[in-house]
Amino acid sequence: MALTFRLNGEDVRIADADPSATLLDWLREEKGLTGTKEGCNEGDCGACTVMVTDSRGAKALNACILFLPQLQGKSVRTVEGAAGPDGTLHPVQQAMVDHHGSQCGFCTPGFIMSMVTAHTNGATDFDDQLAGNLCRCTGYAPIIRAAEAAKGAPVPDWIAQDAPFLLPEKSRGEAAGRGAAPPSGKPEAAPPLCPASADELAELYAANPDATLVAGATDVGLWVTKQLRHLPQMIVLDGCADLKDIEVTDSTVRIGAMVDMNALRAAMQPLHPSFAEMLRRFASQQIRAAATVGGNIANGSPIGDTPPALIALNATVHLRKGDDRRELPLEDFFFDYGKQDRAPGEFVEAVSFPRQPDRLKVYKLSKRFDQDISAVLGAFNVTVEDGTITAARIAYGGMAGIPKRAANTEAALAGQPWAEASIQAAAAVLDQDFTPMSDMRASAVYRLETARNMLLRYFAERNGQPVSVLEVKP
Amino acid sequence: MSVTKPLSHDAAQMHVTGSARYVDDIPSPKGTLHLAFGLSPIARGHITGMHLSDVQQSPGVVAVLTAKGLPFSNDVSPSIHDEPLLAAGTVNYVGQPVFLVAADSHRNARIAARKGRVDYAEEPALLTLDAALAADSRFEEGPRIYQKGDAATAIANAPRTVEGTFELGGQEHFYLEGQAAMAWPQEDGGMHVFSSTQHPTEIQHKVADAIGLPMHSVRVETRRMGGGFGGKESQGNALAVACAVTARLTGKPCKMRYDRDDDMVITGKRHAFRISYRAGFDRDGHLQGVEFLHLVDCGWAQDLSLPVADRAMLHADNAYLIPNVRIESHRLRTNRQSATAYRGFGGPQGMVGIERVMDHIAHDLRLDPAELRRRNYYAAPAEGGSAPPSPRDTSGKRKDNSTPYGMEVTDFELHGMTADLLRSSDYAARKAAIAKWNAGQTHLKRGIAFSPVKFGISFTLTHLNQAGALVHVYQDGSVHLNHGGTEMGQGLFQKVAQVAASRFGIPLEKVKITATDTGKVPNTSATAASSGSDLNGMAVKAACDTIRDRMAEHLALQHQASPGDVVFENGKVRIGQDEMTFDKAAAACYQGRVSLSATGFYKTPKVEWDRIKGQGRPFYYFAYGAAVTEVAVDALTGENRILRADILHDAGASLNPALDIGQIEGGYVQGAGWLTTEELVWDEAGRLRTHAPSTYKIPACSDRPDVFNVALYDGRNREDTIYRSKAVGEPPFMLGISAWLALSDAVSAFGTDYPALNAPATAEEVWRAIRRVRDGI
Repeated sequence: MALTFRLNGEDVRIADADPSATLLDWLREEKGLTGTKEGCNEGDCGACTVMVTDSRGAKALNACILFLPQLQGKSVRTVEGAAGPDGTLHPVQQAMVDHHGSQCGFCTPGFIMSMVTAHTNGATDFDDQLAGNLCRCTGYAPIIRAAEAAKGAPVPDWIAQDAPFLLPEKSRGEAAGRGAAPPSGKPEAAPPLCPASADELAELYAANPDATLVAGATDVGLWVTKQLRHLPQMIVLDGCADLKDIEVTDSTVRIGAMVDMNALRAAMQPLHPSFAEMLRRFASQQIRAAATVGGNIANGSPIGDTPPALIALNATVHLRKGDDRRELPLEDFFFDYGKQDRAPGEFVEAVSFPRQPDRLKVYKLSKRFDQDISAVLGAFNVTVEDGTITAARIAYGGMAGIPKRAANTEAALAGQPWAEASIQAAAAVLDQDFTPMSDMRASAVYRLETARNMLLRYFAERNGQPVSVLEVKP
Repeated sequence: MSVTKPLSHDAAQMHVTGSARYVDDIPSPKGTLHLAFGLSPIARGHITGMHLSDVQQSPGVVAVLTAKGLPFSNDVSPSIHDEPLLAAGTVNYVGQPVFLVAADSHRNARIAARKGRVDYAEEPALLTLDAALAADSRFEEGPRIYQKGDAATAIANAPRTVEGTFELGGQEHFYLEGQAAMAWPQEDGGMHVFSSTQHPTEIQHKVADAIGLPMHSVRVETRRMGGGFGGKESQGNALAVACAVTARLTGKPCKMRYDRDDDMVITGKRHAFRISYRAGFDRDGHLQGVEFLHLVDCGWAQDLSLPVADRAMLHADNAYLIPNVRIESHRLRTNRQSATAYRGFGGPQGMVGIERVMDHIAHDLRLDPAELRRRNYYAAPAEGGSAPPSPRDTSGKRKDNSTPYGMEVTDFELHGMTADLLRSSDYAARKAAIAKWNAGQTHLKRGIAFSPVKFGISFTLTHLNQAGALVHVYQDGSVHLNHGGTEMGQGLFQKVAQVAASRFGIPLEKVKITATDTGKVPNTSATAASSGSDLNGMAVKAACDTIRDRMAEHLALQHQASPGDVVFENGKVRIGQDEMTFDKAAAACYQGRVSLSATGFYKTPKVEWDRIKGQGRPFYYFAYGAAVTEVAVDALTGENRILRADILHDAGASLNPALDIGQIEGGYVQGAGWLTTEELVWDEAGRLRTHAPSTYKIPACSDRPDVFNVALYDGRNREDTIYRSKAVGEPPFMLGISAWLALSDAVSAFGTDYPALNAPATAEEVWRAIRRVRDGI
């Protein structure tokens, strides 16, 4: 496919891009730009972080699971472009030198680009901004000192010039040469289809139901880098701007499938802050900037973090195939491990849930607080009227082959007084809802017992008690 | 003087701009082949057939090698030749390399490597310490035992005793740069190897054996590693040998780097231990006798397991004078990755053992754990003396101040350090405040703990305590320097350059260190055992002083002065009344036909011991540290977090305080990670399930303590080390033990029983411990 984007301030045009080539491999192997490092090749260490700027602003992204077609019309800045053309260091680079923020130096380019992005965006919540960058040498303290030292410095000109994007999102499909013949020499890889709207996507996907949908590629990327799979036909959804909207009305919140996790987090903050706090711990800045709500639902993972929260909010999933649309309660979308209620050529267009008073609490339990996959995720939405529980929606991730409601537990709560005894009694029947498994993240008994305890935590938190070690100050 | 300055890492500017090159960043010649291993999917068995035609025919494949196709030695072991490059007949763990693919790209090699079909006759694998013990599957003929006095009798006669057993998990190094090597075949069959290794000489040795040539035909170069932590002491051998063998076969340059998952599945990790203990003590908490049983999971090959297990025994005392002690160590062979060197090299495991004992005793006696520890410390040296004789008691008998292995402790700094740290961290007041806070909480509790570190410095394999250097002064006054140490982030190059600049009295910019190269400095030891700057700093000093003396002699002659009157400082050379720049002096010496190049050599004095008996002086000196950590835990989930850490660490007269503090902060967080979130999980088939950062959780940014106060102890090494500094690579790792002890303290607030935490204390382990303490489950 033909591809145009800006790299470190220079326009790049690739006539014959391999659609499943990652930006990391292209930078290192084709461009000889070896500053961007491969640490894990799965988006978990951040050594390959680059800054990508489009009409929605600057994002830190993991180049190892970023396919070239996802860059159409955007600006990419790598560590080689962090300093000015005359070699003047970016303020975060100078601060990293001054504060001894590098030791072995291998994670450093990724840290630099996360820090450059945060600096560009004026973000100073550095623990969150850098949660996706692992360092094994420094213990992070000097890196944070550097980030603090640089935060007040003005954004350098050469970084500010990345802000205007090259191509409007709508024209990306055409620019990608949609429908063109496969490039010579690579007959096995068809050029990616790059729809510019949900309507175009519906048409293309219905006609190519075996194609792989690529939204943020935070999962599909690993099919390529780890499973070494070949993707004969990709449909790159990045151009579908109309799937990136969040509509909040008096009655409903509707979230487009291509809304990324950072955008979702921002939208949830005023409505359901506990959901937003969970999203703060959802993977990392780099992954959240790429991962989409639609992807998190449609891949059907039992450990996707948004479905239980959305199910607890009584969400509806909106599916579309061609011009046919249907909707169903989100919990009904998940049949069984690896099986969802989705026909070939059908895709998730949006998810919506009713506006409601905020009673939602979402608890994510993992070995590490930040950037870890949940052992158990519990979402609790209990309505109490005049001291009596009138409704309860409770859903868990990590407890079954799918994200799933705790039907028996909900029933045990309904009509009971809002009291610890009711909660204990309901928690006791949770084993009728779930028979979790043991794996490298947690044992079955731990999963079941902590899932029960999350109900107690919900009760305690609703009653104003401190419930998280994250709130304890030294 | 350049030493003692808090200068940045020598490559800091290159790190932040992305220009620092690691092995995979070196531009590779056209036609370079890329290698990947086909791995064993089973933990133990015989190979009965290999079907590799699909591999051969996979796109881009140039060559496929098996053990039978190797020309010379099929061995990458650093010790007893028990580790073939490619499995020869049998496989011994899931992930063992069985065949080797060379292809035109990294990806094509990886794709091809998965197409191999190998038939195995499976055998029952030994996947636990119990299974290995039952099968008497071990290295060495039986357990090693070190002892002092009569521990069994002392424990039997003690007023009180505690005993217990706990698991202490291993640890993945998780260097950010995975293993990597590249070999360029030379015109005469020799090999130029680039390797991400802590031990270029060993790479040279193994490659030479594998291609059937003397060591002089192999040149190994290492500019830097993206982290090592012990994981690149021996684990890089396989990649370098694979590249060299394939380069010899094909005539093409060959490069190999492990994908992260392969890296974690193939390479060794920190040794997991099960430690059992019995301790007898009086009612004031004075130790009378302690017994330890170490069951060491060495994995399938010997690698460095014997000295690792030895060092664990040598640190079973940590900072405490134990009148009667017995340590029994079983080095068990299991069907897992061969455990290897990891920062501390067994020391951390040994130290966790005795710290567990102290924690248990303090709980038993309801005594402040910091106070209990101080009561059992080794005696402080007499003031002012550098190496005083042991103090004598009232009867005139020499008072015992010796380790379980019979080494007198003559440099014990911890009395003063402990007092300073407990004061600066406000330990007593915070402990009281925490108790009060805990009383008002149901689900959340806090805990606080102090722990000291005394870590022995020197390779316990005594002959390794040597180093060489090569220094050139050019006629323009610039200095080129090589030494045997490798740079893995610790700042060794900068420290050693500071030494050279100081010897010549010139600015640091005048000194350049280039890649470690076996062609420049031969017969080097691994950069390990924290020894890098101690050994190489001294070797460089010797080389510089040789040149300086030659220059002084020549210049003195020219200026009718005596060599003793020639002074090198501030970029100048003063000869009596005359003065010239160092550059001019170098030019004058060149004109005067003075050799401006010299080698330097150093060997550590005083060390000598018998590792079988466990007697003697294995260490030149000890490095000390102390930490206070505060944590919070949640009983509902076991979630836990470090709130604050205060550290005082002894780096002697620091060569570079900024770099040393970097080692301390990083070491603490890595040590705390080992004992908290970093859990290695194997399944029942022996497959490592935590083989990527998605499943193996090293500390992330927010896991560092909210409040993190790190200070250097203001002291000088009592032994004559380079500028009286102390080694600092490994010792701070063990400061992280205080985090584990703080968790124990927090858990104990839920009930009356002793928490008996295992390690790592993951959220699940903490949750289990709270249930034990509170509910008796």
